[in-house]
Amino acid sequence: MENIKKILGILWIALALLTAYFCIAQFGLPKIVSGKQEDVVFGIIILFILTPIISVGLGVFGYFALTGEYHKDKM
Amino acid sequence: MQENVNKKGIWKVIGASSLGTLIEWYDFFIFGSLSIVISTKFFPSDNPTAAFLSTLATFAAGFVVRPFGALFFGRLGDLIGRKYTFMVTLMLMGGATFLIGCIPSYESIGFFAPLIVLILRLLQGLALGGEYGGAATYVAEHAPNGERGYWTSWIQTTATFGLFISLVVILLTKFFLTEAQFDNWGWRVPFLLSILMVYVSYLIRKNMDESPEFKKAKAEGKTSTNPLKESFGNKYNLKFVLLALFGAAMGQGVVWYTGQFYSMSFMKTVMLLDSDQADMILGIALLFGTPFFVVFGRLSDKVGRKWVMLSGMLLAVLTYRPIYQAMFNLSEQSNKQEIVEKRTETLTPATIDDEREIKTITKYYTDGSYSKEEHIKQKQIIDQNHSEEFKMTVKTNMFLSGSNYFALIALIFIQIIYITLVYGPIAAFLVEIFPVKIRYTSMSLPYHIGNGIFGGLLPAVSTYLATNAKTAMDPTYYLEGLWYPIIISAVCFVIGALYINKNMVAKDLN
Repeated sequence: MENIKKILGILWIALALLTAYFCIAQFGLPKIVSGKQEDVVFGIIILFILTPIISVGLGVFGYFALTGEYHKDKM
Repeated sequence: MQENVNKKGIWKVIGASSLGTLIEWYDFFIFGSLSIVISTKFFPSDNPTAAFLSTLATFAAGFVVRPFGALFFGRLGDLIGRKYTFMVTLMLMGGATFLIGCIPSYESIGFFAPLIVLILRLLQGLALGGEYGGAATYVAEHAPNGERGYWTSWIQTTATFGLFISLVVILLTKFFLTEAQFDNWGWRVPFLLSILMVYVSYLIRKNMDESPEFKKAKAEGKTSTNPLKESFGNKYNLKFVLLALFGAAMGQGVVWYTGQFYSMSFMKTVMLLDSDQADMILGIALLFGTPFFVVFGRLSDKVGRKWVMLSGMLLAVLTYRPIYQAMFNLSEQSNKQEIVEKRTETLTPATIDDEREIKTITKYYTDGSYSKEEHIKQKQIIDQNHSEEFKMTVKTNMFLSGSNYFALIALIFIQIIYITLVYGPIAAFLVEIFPVKIRYTSMSLPYHIGNGIFGGLLPAVSTYLATNAKTAMDPTYYLEGLWYPIIISAVCFVIGALYINKNMVAKDLN
């Protein structure tokens, strides 16, 4: 179980990067430059609020998992 | 020391804390409950969809700043004490809510109306960010070991009960006023009433003592001098903050807002249910569901917090789409058989007071439901030369009855049960994994990011996903908004299941 927790750290980091890509390139920027009011609101929410929290937070969480910080002996 | 606190004393603590928190939630939710009418008052009326989305964004702004309120007031709470901090948040919330009820409309002051609404909404968010963590910590620090889940679950009921009270106040206001009066000024009443409630709560709270654990830590010189640095600059503590967020609070937030807000929005905008009937159905489901916060809080004392919370998330992931499909089917007109001979049509001609000509078609169906279609013909100014033309809009209200009505209550009730599973134990869970000296700061941040950001953005993100799917002619567009809570809950479930240790508690609680 402890090894699975460590290996999954890679998954969380990958998920953080993937989320950052989709949030910025697919949802955030295209919506902000679309010119439609409802799209701009949505773009701002995605780009400046959700992206930093999910990407940075999940990335750090993944790093901690990968380096064994969540091993039962360290909790 | 905790064991010496008698039951009567705890009930006094619970009562005073819960009442204040209940009022804060009430204040926070009346904005959401009245979002449709607010969108017509404080935003330009030429594009109703954009106005509604802007209202949702303003509603969401209140959630987005909650983590900042958690940091600001959490720090204060860990430095000077829990009691004084949540007194300040109470007054801030009450003042901001009262002032929202006083703002002139967009027609009177133009752009300043949405701007002032946004500022006051931000203040509401800051206040709530500070309040909840303080109340939960305060109660938990009075509770005996092994009973924190039970006692803090009373605080957990306040959020749902606050929404329930907000719906009741709105329904009562509508009951005593005509539709036109409510639309003109009556919608302000629930906001203005808040100041009275806050004053009563202030009188009760001001005579309370500081929490025993904080008093003890302060007397021994063990309080933190820099709670922010100790909470988030310390790797050992930061990993618990992140685990609390991604393994519990994130999923809890989306389950909570799907059950209580997305369901309401779905009933009104997708099922086209009459607004009062939708409020009533949600209110009944909340009334029957709320006691389960205490049931599952108590259960978490016996079997541990982890699997009680995660079971709610798993059930949500597996059943949201079938539940919402069933809700949709209950009101879908193509599934119903009309009793054509009972159809009625009435025409309300335009008057000097109301320039709209309204043709109302009432259709009755074999299952007891009926719908009212209002075909509204209204003069509108179309350019700067004040040229006018007639514009026709159609507004449909569906009214369910009999078995369909009760089936819808049951479907909402199931979602409320999911909420009670994830939310009942979470205050105790968060309080227990952080030490006394940085507890207010450390527990408030993941809770308010999970709820305020992941949960608070749910109406805006899900509405957007559903609108996009509808534009793309997706036949099940009404279910597409659910992907947001389903994916977030699924990720949270996996993280929580793997990484949360069943007996995870801060060292000073061992």
